[in-house]
Amino acid sequence: MQPNNRKLLTVVTESVLEQMLCDELIELGASGYTVVNARGHGNRMTREAGWSSDSNIRIEVICEANTADRIIKHLKERYYENYAMILYIADVAVLRPEKF
Amino acid sequence: MDPVIWFFLLGVIAGLFRSELRLPPAVYDLLSVLLLLTIGLKGGVELARQPLGGVLPQAAAVLAMGFVLPLFIFPVARYLGRFKRADAASLAAHYGSVSVATYAVATAYLGTRAIGFDPQLPVFLVMLEIPALIVGILFARGIEKGTRWGTLAHELFLGKSIVLLVGGLAIGWLAGPEGIVSLEPLFFDLFKGVLALFLLEMGLIAASQARSLREHGLFLVAFGMLMPVPLACVGALLGWSLGLSVGGTTLLATLAGSASYIAAPAAMRIAVPDANPTLSLTGSLGVTFPFNIFIGIPLYLSIAHWLHRAGS
Repeated sequence: MQPNNRKLLTVVTESVLEQMLCDELIELGASGYTVVNARGHGNRMTREAGWSSDSNIRIEVICEANTADRIIKHLKERYYENYAMILYIADVAVLRPEKF
Repeated sequence: MDPVIWFFLLGVIAGLFRSELRLPPAVYDLLSVLLLLTIGLKGGVELARQPLGGVLPQAAAVLAMGFVLPLFIFPVARYLGRFKRADAASLAAHYGSVSVATYAVATAYLGTRAIGFDPQLPVFLVMLEIPALIVGILFARGIEKGTRWGTLAHELFLGKSIVLLVGGLAIGWLAGPEGIVSLEPLFFDLFKGVLALFLLEMGLIAASQARSLREHGLFLVAFGMLMPVPLACVGALLGWSLGLSVGGTTLLATLAGSASYIAAPAAMRIAVPDANPTLSLTGSLGVTFPFNIFIGIPLYLSIAHWLHRAGS
């Protein structure tokens, strides 16, 4: 792997999980994350984000490939069955690799 | 009818016709913060005028009612409604817990009729929010190893409504009637206006439940309208036997008959993930909340009047 290549892991899920997920990301080795509020439509119907019980978040994590694998495995096991959750991963080049 | 309720109707109608109208989420958050603090402050100020000793045993009795109510609700949902275990448990948690908005509408309703109520009611509001959630979680899963009690306790005891209600009570109590005067314009004088705006948004949210209401069918509608009445009767009886005034009895009945739609959905989503979140929410917000503000509260006031007349 190039020294400045990392994985960008994006999670779109229910905002009720935010606190728990963010704690777990750090425990699993991510050095940081970014959370934004989101709304949209999917197979669990439209989530309008009008208020807290109905809102989504999008969490982005940039990390090493093995950390990304650990996070994916954990999220699949713990949340896939019962929560609205979309997960995707992309290769990104970072400018300051020491931060990730 | 109190004019604030018309704002709820306006929201429902605008929502059903897919109007562009919607309050920004941050405004809705601010309105709910104001409502919670106002209710807490008002209670705290009133409590400061009297000794606290008599309130504690009453609060304990109300807390006990909070644990008992869901025991009636769960079997109705499970065996009459044939909901799966997790859903019935979640319904028990929602209907056992309380709705601050319903309480606020009830205080406004009493206010327009110049009926006073006992100062400790906001304390009872705090007491009734959590017990049903705990019972609901236990119904759903028993005491399991994997339960994240730490996260859950944090969610339950440090949720927005508990923090603001308890904080408001404490500040009102410490400041006392004189100290609070400078805060009155924002919190007390604007209360009705804040409530009206809040109800407008509640109407929009309730209207958005219409589709899932069609999916879940008649039983949920019947459950949402019939369940509150016996629960409110338990609350009214307890209020009357604790020696509350007619207004206080009405409010305790309203609390018992109301269903949570903020604290309970969040807690159940974390603790009972296999329960269908839209089911309980549609029941409490789409059916029970409108039922209570239009029919329930006037009914509970009549029940309170009747109890007080029969008992005297």
